[in-house]
Amino acid sequence: MPTAILARSILLEARRGGLPWLAAAAVALGLVLAAFVSQVALAESHALQAALLAAVLRACAVFLVAAQVTASTLREIQDKGLELMLSLPLSRTTHYLGRLAGFVACGVALAALFALPLLAWAAPAAVALWAFSLAAECALVAAAALFFAMTLRQFVPAIAAAAGLYFLARSIGAIQSIAGGPLADSSLAARLAQYSVDAVALVLPRIDAMTRTAWLLYEAPSAGTYAAALGSALLYVALLAAAGLFDFHRKSV
Amino acid sequence: MHDLRPVAAVPRWVLGFLGVALAAQIAAQALRDSGSSAEAQLPPAPSARALRLASFAEPEAAARLAMVYIQSIPQPDYRELIGWLRAALELDPRGQYPLFLAARVYAESGDAARNRIALEFVYREFLRDPNRRWPWLAHAALLAKHRLKDLPLARRYAQALEQRVTARDIPLWARQMEIFILEDMDELEAAKIMIGSLLQGGAIQDPAELRFLKQRLEELEARSR
Repeated sequence: MPTAILARSILLEARRGGLPWLAAAAVALGLVLAAFVSQVALAESHALQAALLAAVLRACAVFLVAAQVTASTLREIQDKGLELMLSLPLSRTTHYLGRLAGFVACGVALAALFALPLLAWAAPAAVALWAFSLAAECALVAAAALFFAMTLRQFVPAIAAAAGLYFLARSIGAIQSIAGGPLADSSLAARLAQYSVDAVALVLPRIDAMTRTAWLLYEAPSAGTYAAALGSALLYVALLAAAGLFDFHRKSV
Repeated sequence: MHDLRPVAAVPRWVLGFLGVALAAQIAAQALRDSGSSAEAQLPPAPSARALRLASFAEPEAAARLAMVYIQSIPQPDYRELIGWLRAALELDPRGQYPLFLAARVYAESGDAARNRIALEFVYREFLRDPNRRWPWLAHAALLAKHRLKDLPLARRYAQALEQRVTARDIPLWARQMEIFILEDMDELEAAKIMIGSLLQGGAIQDPAELRFLKQRLEELEARSR
């Protein structure tokens, strides 16, 4: 099981690199912020705490996964570890998917850890749905960060590209709503802009439909909505993995 | 981390430079005029779409943080204020914070004209979701009667509540809001009945809101003595 061995080595590297401490710091930061806002809120302090904690933990999980994947991958490339690995009797596909599996496992572990404090504010079933969705979101970010790190080979461009993709995907629903609003201009240029936004949306995952705070505050999503959100994330992970494999197989490392 | 050289290995001018830079930073921040909160102005209200874009798909957190922000402005312009409240409510229609602020904070200011603007906001937003927002209109009706001394306005709100709310789990006094408004009851008595029944029905559970309501009841008691 070379893929499992590679994935385990990625997890070991994350543990030894201090990722658990950073995760604990993120939980502490979220709890401190939640405690602060509960002191200034006049109403809905419980909901405000839960919403803020969930938003902070979600952002931290995504950032930690993206930074870990990019830093680890580029260190491997720059230390010539990748060349050494490729000299072993392992296919490039095994190598790429093994690394991806390890990073996805990191994301799943972070999602599970970050869900725990939310149990103080929301029902366990709602927190479980939120955690599964965050795990899928982290898997998507891991796949994107791995793709950009392997393709761009520089830290700043790779992390900027992963962050850009993530934030654009989280905002695309709002951007489409602005572009197609009732007061939108009906000129040719405005319609072209709207079609362009719609075209960009076609190649983006709908991250805004995932890991919703509303699930914690109000009610769980319908099974169809939830399955569609998770399904679109998994589809995008597959797309990024395929694109990454395509690029990796063509590279003369 | 484990192979650090002793502090003595650092040139003295570097240590001095570090000390001076740190002291200058602290002094600059301590002397900085952070601006009096009394002078703070509420900026123009963003549209709900702009707020949604800025929230990066976290509308529930953004709507509540926007409310925490606007409540820190001591004398807001009510036109801008209503814009902010409306945007937050549009961002998270199930949130109650904007209606809480409108009904319990901004409709109870010393200025009758401003109070009317806030009450009208509560009334209009009630019409969009009567079954969830009726407690705020009930409170608005009480304010119209006791604070504004405007019985026709109070009856308009009471009638809207009776006609529009279809939920079965609302208390009897709310179902017969117009009679409740017309009864010869002082503000303290009416507020006690309303808040007591909301507490019993579990409509108010948030500790911050409970603290706020307790404080308001104590103020009413002190005023009626």
